[in-house]
Amino acid sequence: MKFAIQVNEGPYQHQAADSAYQFTKAVLEAGHEIMRVFFYHDGVNNGTSLTTPPQDDRNIVNRWSELGKKHDLDLVVCVAAAQRRGIVDEGEMKRNGKSAQNIADGFRISGLGQLVEAGIQSDRLVVFGD
Amino acid sequence: MSEQIKKFMYINRRAPYGTIYAWESLEVVLIGAAFDQDVSLAFMDDGVYQLIKGQDTSEVDMKNFSPTYQALGDYDVTKLFVEKESLEERGLTLEDLMPLTYEDEDDDWAEKASIRLVSRAELADILEQQDVIFSF
Repeated sequence: MKFAIQVNEGPYQHQAADSAYQFTKAVLEAGHEIMRVFFYHDGVNNGTSLTTPPQDDRNIVNRWSELGKKHDLDLVVCVAAAQRRGIVDEGEMKRNGKSAQNIADGFRISGLGQLVEAGIQSDRLVVFGD
Repeated sequence: MSEQIKKFMYINRRAPYGTIYAWESLEVVLIGAAFDQDVSLAFMDDGVYQLIKGQDTSEVDMKNFSPTYQALGDYDVTKLFVEKESLEERGLTLEDLMPLTYEDEDDDWAEKASIRLVSRAELADILEQQDVIFSF
């Protein structure tokens, strides 16, 4: 089965960010396909490379990057939500005249159309949030 | 634009300004309208406050995005289901909501109400029929 995942909450603040990861991992282990993981609302904060959690805690951002690399996942951060919250890639940095970029490895910034398309093309869209 | 048409439902459950969910939900609806899917919106719980008329955010320095709901008809988003019990529990009636309308192209562009009052049980049936459900 082809799944799409939507992550609506930020890391550490809300368990939805963990549950989305665990679910995605379980889907892949069960032999299904993840066609896209879309990060929206504060969920875009799952894609910042500047996260530095305490060493004895899980690294939520790196965990996504590693899973993404292993399974060639399409990890998409919503551009409108990212702009509000300061998640920036090279293109956004240049376009908006910002001094830095912070998009984490394996993530890309794109539009909300990617979320709607995921809803159309997947068999199941699973939303993680309140 | 896309080969298949799915039934898309956007559920709105939160008050308009306490969090950003309502506004960012509306942004998905507006973008999604370009994909020519069969779109419905549902308003339940505190989400019914999103449609209250006469919203004034000047004192809280937030953008009043309520006029955007009036544009939904032009985007062919014409089915706004409002849960009757959620209104009643908050002491509200249909009269307290914005009179949202659309022009029905299948009926000589007659102006029709976009808001449809449904009971909790009816809304459950409507949700049952959907292919994709976004919850905000």
